Amino acid sequence: MPVLVFVESAEGKVKKTSLEAVAYAHAMGQGVTAIALGNVDKEELEALGTYGAQKVLHASDSKLNDGIIQAYASVLVKALQDEQADILVLANSSLGTPVAARVAAKISASLASNVVELPNTSAGFAVKRSIYTGKAFMQVELKNQKKVIGIKKNAAEAKAVGLPVQATPYAVTLNDADFAVKITSSEKATGEVLLPEANIVVSGGRGMKGPEHWGILEELAKTLHAATGCSKPVSDMHWRPHHEHVGQTGVKVAPQLYIAVGISGAIQHLAGVNSSKCIVVINKDADAPFFKAADYGIVGDAFDVVPKLTAAIKAIK
Amino acid sequence: MKILVCITHVPDTTSKINFTDNNTRFNTAGVQFIIGPYDDYSLARAIEIKEATPGATVTVLNVGPADTEPTIRKALSVGADDAVRINAEPTDSFFVAKQIAEHAKSIGYDLILMGRESIDYNSGVVHGIVGELLGWPSVSPVMKLDIEGTKAKLAREIEGGKEFLEVNLPFVAGCQEPIAEWKIPNMRGIMSARTKPLKVVEPVSVDSGVKLQQFELPPPKGAVKMIAADNVAELVTLLKNEAKVL
Ligand SMILES: Cc1cc2nc3c(=O)[nH]c(=O)nc-3n(C[C@H](O)[C@H](O)[C@H](O)COP(=O)(O)OP(=O)(O)OC[C@H]3O[C@@H](n4cnc5c(N)ncnc54)[C@H](O)[C@@H]3O)c2cc1C
Repeated sequence: MPVLVFVESAEGKVKKTSLEAVAYAHAMGQGVTAIALGNVDKEELEALGTYGAQKVLHASDSKLNDGIIQAYASVLVKALQDEQADILVLANSSLGTPVAARVAAKISASLASNVVELPNTSAGFAVKRSIYTGKAFMQVELKNQKKVIGIKKNAAEAKAVGLPVQATPYAVTLNDADFAVKITSSEKATGEVLLPEANIVVSGGRGMKGPEHWGILEELAKTLHAATGCSKPVSDMHWRPHHEHVGQTGVKVAPQLYIAVGISGAIQHLAGVNSSKCIVVINKDADAPFFKAADYGIVGDAFDVVPKLTAAIKAIK
Repeated sequence: MKILVCITHVPDTTSKINFTDNNTRFNTAGVQFIIGPYDDYSLARAIEIKEATPGATVTVLNVGPADTEPTIRKALSVGADDAVRINAEPTDSFFVAKQIAEHAKSIGYDLILMGRESIDYNSGVVHGIVGELLGWPSVSPVMKLDIEGTKAKLAREIEGGKEFLEVNLPFVAGCQEPIAEWKIPNMRGIMSARTKPLKVVEPVSVDSGVKLQQFELPPPKGAVKMIAADNVAELVTLLKNEAKVL
């Protein structure tokens, strides 16, 4: 019985976090069917095979181009039935998480979000999930036969394990009631590395003194192919867009490297970055609490250190 | 218009997280409890909508044992009209969602708001399950919400941006900032909250599909390595060769 994976995409491209979901399902060892909705590039669909899907379904109805939670949930429930799959795996995201909720409610599945490791099936079926905004974990048993598993970034490593597969068109009958929510317009940052997907994040706080000084952080981010983030006061003051706000009440990131510049390291900010593999802190105050949560620290003025750091990285590239 | 706001009773964001009883229970010793920050945003927006809409009411609901009542009173003190406590220790998201949906059916609300997730278990799914159980649309994470008659205009956050949406009432929304600013209770609010109705309702029984086995704390962080500000090249070397993240 295969595991079904919901593959999220944006502008025709599969999200990196969804490749991790395919890798996660592949590692479960019972076969993987991936399903993508709406407009997705052909090569992107085929590449899902490379990451571990045996079968790729593509529901290409243009009504599914927009991420409508209810409609997505209905399509996934139908696909679970058609594939005779008991388990749905997806990457937690602003769309994936609410979709998981509705799917689980429709099929009476056991549901877990923010899962960080492969299931433990030595006795029953248990998963480890991140709780208290990264400050703890909990091991839970998923008792129902049907299960919906949302994974947190880095729960599995996306790597090439197979060959590309031809996507199968997946015809669905859409129900008007599922389209009660209408998307009228959107504002999207284009060409940037998305914060939740980034391997490296360069983040700035109030110590940057104003939006006009973000250029040095953007330059560092560009050099590292990193996303830019910020602390809450920075987005509250509209120095940076809200979707860059990292922390307890913002985006939770889990990059390989998080570089914090002019951020004091309040516990609410740390809650959003504590799953990072490596943390670098640059702050002019040697007593800034962030140093206690860091792997590497530099006490210094951001306006002096950051350009030097960018130059030093360029020098080794 | 009847608005229901569902709130969680969670440890203050500065709390140290610890467990007792062989890592099967959260250690509440010395912990301050607050309204979940996301729920608090949804509450603030609900009060604003009420103030702008003649005849509108705001009811707050919490699924929890009696010790959550101070948190519920806090919600009343910033302007909610009345409260309901479903008298149960919440076991999982489905349990909580089922209690909310059953209560909502018995009253008939026009709008249900809550935070996009709780800050204890961070599941982010209760709004979706409630929506499904009621057969209503659900939207999350909502960062802007305006009601125009029987219709709502919303913005929701997506990775790297936002989308603007329209939906008819009734629906469920999981909210986050900057939907409204947190409200701070004043003395009059605190006094009047003491006498506002807080109804205690017994839970419906639910078969939970998720069972806690154990809590776990992450391993302690190693000591920070400090590098001189005039030696940035050393940091780059360490990131490359020691941390292996470049
Ligand atoms: C319920 C709740 C939820 C919250 N959620 C979040 C959240 O999700 N995310 C979040 O970030 N915050 C959150 N906060 C706010 C949090 O408590 C802090 O207020 C906030 O993180 C501080 O932001 P900051 O570090 O940018 O600013 P500050 O605390 O003002 O720190 C600025 C830092 O910059 C340094 N600095 C100044 N000039 C320079 C320079 N030239 N070079 C180098 N360093 C310099 C200073 O030494 C200082 O350490 C929350 C608070 C509450 C109560």
